[in-house]
Amino acid sequence: MSVRLSILARLICSLGCLAAAGAAHAESLRMGLASEPTAADPHYHQGTPNEALASHIFEPLVGMNPDMQLEPRLAASWSAVDDLTWEFKLREGVRFSNGEPFGPDDVVFTLCRVLNNETSLSSGFSNVARRIVKVEVPDAQTVRLITATPYPVLPNELARVPVIWNGIAEHGKLEYSPKEGCGVTGAWPNVNDFNNGKSAIGTGPYVMKSYVKGTGIELTRNDNYWGEKPHWETVRMVAVPAAGPRLTGLLAGDFDIIENPAARDLPRIKAGGFGHEIKPSVRVMFFQLDAGREQSPMVKSAKGDNPLQDVRVRRAISMAIDRKAIVERIMDGVATPAYQFLPDGMFGTLENPPELKYDPAAAKALLAEAGYPDGFELTLSATNDRYINDAQVTQAVAQYLTRVGIRTRVDTMTRSVYFPRRAKREFSASLGGWGSETGEASNFIQYWTTTTRQDLGLGSSNYGAYSNPELDETFIEAIRTVDDAKRTELLRKVLTIALDEMPNVPLHFESGLWAFRKGLVYEGRADQRTMATALRPAQ
Amino acid sequence: MALFILRRFIQSLFVILAVSVVVFFAVYAVGDPIELLVSPEVGQAERDALIARLGLDLPIWQQYGHFLWNALHGDLGNSFVHGMPAIELILQRMPATFELVVVAILLTCLLGIPLGLVAGLYRDAPLGRGIMAGSVLGFSLPNFWQGMVFILFFAVWLGWLPASGRGPTVEVLGVPFSIFTTEGWRHVAMPAVNLALANIALVLRLTATGVVEARTQDYVKFARAKGVAPARIVRRHILRNILIPVVTVIGMEFGSLIAYSTITETVFSWPGMGKLLIDSVYQLDRPVVVAYVMLVTLIFVVINLIVDILYAVLDPRVQLLEPAH
Repeated sequence: MSVRLSILARLICSLGCLAAAGAAHAESLRMGLASEPTAADPHYHQGTPNEALASHIFEPLVGMNPDMQLEPRLAASWSAVDDLTWEFKLREGVRFSNGEPFGPDDVVFTLCRVLNNETSLSSGFSNVARRIVKVEVPDAQTVRLITATPYPVLPNELARVPVIWNGIAEHGKLEYSPKEGCGVTGAWPNVNDFNNGKSAIGTGPYVMKSYVKGTGIELTRNDNYWGEKPHWETVRMVAVPAAGPRLTGLLAGDFDIIENPAARDLPRIKAGGFGHEIKPSVRVMFFQLDAGREQSPMVKSAKGDNPLQDVRVRRAISMAIDRKAIVERIMDGVATPAYQFLPDGMFGTLENPPELKYDPAAAKALLAEAGYPDGFELTLSATNDRYINDAQVTQAVAQYLTRVGIRTRVDTMTRSVYFPRRAKREFSASLGGWGSETGEASNFIQYWTTTTRQDLGLGSSNYGAYSNPELDETFIEAIRTVDDAKRTELLRKVLTIALDEMPNVPLHFESGLWAFRKGLVYEGRADQRTMATALRPAQ
Repeated sequence: MALFILRRFIQSLFVILAVSVVVFFAVYAVGDPIELLVSPEVGQAERDALIARLGLDLPIWQQYGHFLWNALHGDLGNSFVHGMPAIELILQRMPATFELVVVAILLTCLLGIPLGLVAGLYRDAPLGRGIMAGSVLGFSLPNFWQGMVFILFFAVWLGWLPASGRGPTVEVLGVPFSIFTTEGWRHVAMPAVNLALANIALVLRLTATGVVEARTQDYVKFARAKGVAPARIVRRHILRNILIPVVTVIGMEFGSLIAYSTITETVFSWPGMGKLLIDSVYQLDRPVVVAYVMLVTLIFVVINLIVDILYAVLDPRVQLLEPAH
């Protein structure tokens, strides 16, 4: 018996010692992600996990700093030559991870590939590239992109189009003629060519070593990188979608950093001596009201009409909500009350927007004035597995509305049921979440507030069918104005109308949250990408 | 025997076909995957192009027809979300699940059957009672909670084992397995025990009840009267007779663990097929869900076949083919 015990003791020790040895590699970083990138192809899908992985390996012409201000990346500078022409001066001395130099051909190839990408899932990339009608290369360091209509946010949009190496497909002389194949003679690389590493060649700070779905992604430092070399020599990313196990992974020392731990676990994280970073993101949460239709499916009023058509009712709804309390109690402080649709300070936003005050008495008075002194019945529809605390936030809003006399019910459902139903316009007040990844104010308005016009790409998510010709006109003018100061002015005018008329009631901005082991510092990003380059030892 | 297997396979083809119809239409009824795949930034033209490329513009019966036609040619379709063949996606994950389940089932057999024998043979002794009482814990503790407690205890407090994930893999015959590395065993230990506990309890209780029943049978009494050694009685007369229900249950459990070890895989972030299924259901990734369920059906059919063959091996009285009418 004692022999067996001692074997057991030795076994236990050896296991423990192995665990201790595992933590010793200081130069290797282990990251616990909340969701797995669906592909290593940078032009496959525009989702935060995919874009985060891509920006380790690839770089766009124009970059974005953590606050989503534009900054030079593969382009050292850029300017609008006229309303239709953007000129980019390419950075000199940049090499791909395989040692090949970066040049105009790579820009042309990237735009062509985006438009010839058979396997792509989101066409956000081709939306951008399609507006470019001509590419001129006056010299080896300059690229001119010419659009059919003025396109002032082109640099912002290009920040989401990573540049790939032109050598991954066989080609003759490259020219920008997407319909004729641009001079590419071989097969266009598809998503699997990137996933297996063959085509995953970029200029970014890391090189992809392996990408195994469900198991993990390994990166190594790019020794050819032109910029500041990152601290970590190797990076291993593992997706742990459930928040509890992800946190235990950090506590147990399996990970150096995890993204999006549950905010309610913050005390536990602090008590364990771990560091954390909170960064307000560009994702705004809001309720979209059915402002356009005579009859709305989830509303019942005594008069038999749709009260949400009345601007006073929409304002009353906004006034009835205590945003600060929601942020403090439900979001555990890891969010910011939203008084517009993009955090203050970003391009085109209102400077010091007026606070959307909690005023139930005024809300009641407004309802009475609108002819609903006894309120009406309303159902709020929301997801329960898509946004942080989505169901709880909806319940809180419902209670606030009930307090001012709108008898409100809550209907939450899984996202795969919710989004298709919302698109069929089966809701009257639906919870939405939107991250303006371009970091400027036109983005939200374009999809959620303007009248739906497919030819102009406007209002594609305006399920409430709100329509205001003045807002539309001003907005269309804004997105065709290349001059920054003038565009800002126009966008502010649009925002003022949108907040006055309240077709979308903003609630709060979600914040990104990261927790990491002691002795490290991390700089969070407003676009919520988790970057190995942003984590370094504390000085 | 060959005829038996052939007949089984023909039957199973119909089962798989029926399953594919049910799943295909059920996922279709939940909602339109396009709303989950495409962001509002995408223009209508691009959106329509994607819908057409995924074949979602056709009426559902035509979509099913296409699916069936391609399936007959060995192509179960591409995942909407990942853009790669659904079957490849599933097979990539299969070794992880398979090794986890094999370890769990081995634990079940190696612990469940002997403990059950002991509990049955010494039913009134403290040891037997203790085992039976302990087994109640085995299947009454929720799997999810058990896993979390394991992690808390062994990974967070003691720091002996990694909290999640799968260890480094070694290719064996081209298939990546992690149980051939020490690190791999450290990773597989907790999830395998977590998965096995309820099954150990089940097999243990089944064995114990069988033993208690068999002990009072005439053939056991007779053997004892004849002076057969107790060990031989247990081995030849008791164990062999009670093994049929045990084998059935283990077979069924093996199948359901492979198909639905989702909770354990979620708690321990084990990169197996269960997690893939859940993710795919959430994202309405119909090709993956349909291929998955069809594959699982196939696995069940094969396991049932093996169990039936094992019956015949264990009990010569069992005949695989029904007698001719």
